[in-house]
Amino acid sequence: MVSSRLTVPRAVLAAALVFGVAACGSDSGGGAAPPGPAALDGVGPISLVTGKDTSGNLQNQVDEWNSAHPDQKVTVIELPEDADAQRQQMVQNAQTGSATYGVLNLDVVWTAEFAANQWITQLPDAEFPLDKLLPETVETGKYFKHLYAVPITSDGGLLYYRKDLLDAAGLKPPTTWAEMAQDCAKVLPSNPGVSCYAGQFEKYEGLTVNFSEAVNSAGGSVVGDDGKPTLNTDGARKGLQFLVDGVKSGEIPQKARTFKEEEGRRAFQAGELLFHRQWPYQYAKASATDGSSTVAGKFAVAPLPGLDGPGASSLGGHNYAISAFTKNKKTALEFIKYSASEDQQRKNLEKTSQAPTWAGLYDDQALVAKFPYLTVLKKSIENARKRPAVVKYQEVSQAIQDAAYAAMSGATPVDQALQSLQGKLETLTK
Amino acid sequence: MVTLAPVEPDPVRPAAGGRRSGTGRLAALLVSPTLLVLGLVVAYPILSAIRLSLFQRNDGIDPETGLRLAGDRFVGLDNFTDMFTGDTASRFLNALGNTTSFTVVAVSIEVVIGVLMALVMHRAFRGRALVRAAILVPWAVPTAIAGLLWRWIFQADGVANDLLPGPPVLWTTDGAQAWFAVVIADTWKTAPFIGLLVLAGLQVISSEIYEAARLDGAGPWRTFFSITLPLVKPTLLVAVLFRVLDTLRMFDLPYTLIGPGKNATDTVTVLAFEEAVKFGKYGPASAYAVVLFIYVALVAFVFVRLLGADVFGRSR
Repeated sequence: MVSSRLTVPRAVLAAALVFGVAACGSDSGGGAAPPGPAALDGVGPISLVTGKDTSGNLQNQVDEWNSAHPDQKVTVIELPEDADAQRQQMVQNAQTGSATYGVLNLDVVWTAEFAANQWITQLPDAEFPLDKLLPETVETGKYFKHLYAVPITSDGGLLYYRKDLLDAAGLKPPTTWAEMAQDCAKVLPSNPGVSCYAGQFEKYEGLTVNFSEAVNSAGGSVVGDDGKPTLNTDGARKGLQFLVDGVKSGEIPQKARTFKEEEGRRAFQAGELLFHRQWPYQYAKASATDGSSTVAGKFAVAPLPGLDGPGASSLGGHNYAISAFTKNKKTALEFIKYSASEDQQRKNLEKTSQAPTWAGLYDDQALVAKFPYLTVLKKSIENARKRPAVVKYQEVSQAIQDAAYAAMSGATPVDQALQSLQGKLETLTK
Repeated sequence: MVTLAPVEPDPVRPAAGGRRSGTGRLAALLVSPTLLVLGLVVAYPILSAIRLSLFQRNDGIDPETGLRLAGDRFVGLDNFTDMFTGDTASRFLNALGNTTSFTVVAVSIEVVIGVLMALVMHRAFRGRALVRAAILVPWAVPTAIAGLLWRWIFQADGVANDLLPGPPVLWTTDGAQAWFAVVIADTWKTAPFIGLLVLAGLQVISSEIYEAARLDGAGPWRTFFSITLPLVKPTLLVAVLFRVLDTLRMFDLPYTLIGPGKNATDTVTVLAFEEAVKFGKYGPASAYAVVLFIYVALVAFVFVRLLGADVFGRSR
């Protein structure tokens, strides 16, 4: 796989031969093709490559398509549940130039990397009802102003709070970090065993999300509009300071530093947290009345708090893109249009409670009645910020995690962590 | 019914000069398929990794289109010098230190516990079969699964913290406690391996020697250090060598139990994996792998030459 990726300069061929290794790769990787949407043609069977479908609705969607298009069948290829493992397999498929993968279900943060490497095809804007989708989600599918992926589901952080405890103290959900701390000071003394606040603070992608959120919510940004890092600003410092002070003062319990989504969800469902930054998926699970959740019916959601007012979530979600190496691109295009349609998004929301990207669905009274968090979620997504859209996203994310983790554990002072992060990101985004 | 007569191993005859001229060629022909397979699965990957470690992926993007420059470029030994002097030097040297400290500490503990296990398994008592099976269970569990199981044990509100007094220890964060968690899990997992090999060594020691020792009035300590240990040493050395080589390329436990990117537990293989799979930088990743390969080869050489670990069964 790897050797076929290599373009071996002639001078090196001799060295390779000395090693007895024939450079069996062709020069397939050489020369960047001129950009511009190529014609998407080719009709026939394709595959839909996606992470493990935990919702259970995907197969219904595909079956419905298949019965209407018997000559253009879509086969689902399920990858592991872990996002890193999904990305790894998609990258490997692209590096071998295999036509096996057709439509790719990409995490929003992968768009830049896949587009810059030309692993996915540029899409014609006019083919999609982009104006009907939440504009923030459409942005995540773009790279250098061109459309490469179409948003299918979205995700935004919400502040889950214990409504019963706040109501008992006569409090409203907080809109700022200071209010949140005051609420905790009022509620916690009479509720032993409950901690103030947690998010996803283990050293993984979730920490990048939470760090970016804190920085954005303090009025700063990780990477500015010009693509340059902006961590030497006051906003960035106040954002990280919020997380660091939280751990120091105990508002963020020490053990939250080991929380990914699921550890935090278990803690919230066990009634150990007053406030919890989490994705919408927790709503259904925490509402379960089968005994798995002790907080069913006792919680509600609000927009994330910030420094001086409501905060800004990091934008999550998934986009569909077309692998550059698949043959039946026309079918792939039609299938993406089908999946992004209002009808399919409505069905998907009803069956799986995943956040849609079709703006109108958030204002549908029947749906809002069924999913009370939709109104808050729409606000969260509209105020959400993209994580840095950079080609070397994985390395950028790693650098952010290094800095945030070291600062939150008290190993590095905030200013020093941000200064070194700024330096690293300047190199990575050069 | 076909009965297969056991094939007598043909003892290597001293070359008496009477060898017919075709024998050598026939021998070469007969071993050539094996050599071919070895060449494909051993030599080619090693050479390929060495070649790859001399390249780096072209960096930078076209400012107009945002497209990434394609291809790789030859960088000579840059990947290697970067490892020791560049930006990534501290990360690499730290990982090399972790790899070494894991190996030294974990294997030492495993040797002590493994030998004890072997001594227990070797004694005749009721329920011996059960004890033997029980001791071997951890060895049978796949390492990645063991890592996940230990992650549950070491969670903030897991079993380990329930049993220990005092405030909960955050085992799976970064720091000395994470390093200890890996050592504990690795010892649990692989001490049985040493136990198993040492047990095999114990079983070939003739009981007459022990009887003679007893008649001479040797106590249990004296018997252990003067008879058991010297006689079991060849087996033990091989077991330790295997464990050392294994631990030097430790990956699954730190990765699944603690997670990548932690200073206290990142090993060289974790670094190489992250570099290749996550960041797509196959050049530096191969360089890490090559350095580790040389390191492992050196350690193996020291073991075989200086300590006399008899891997190839020459002395038998």
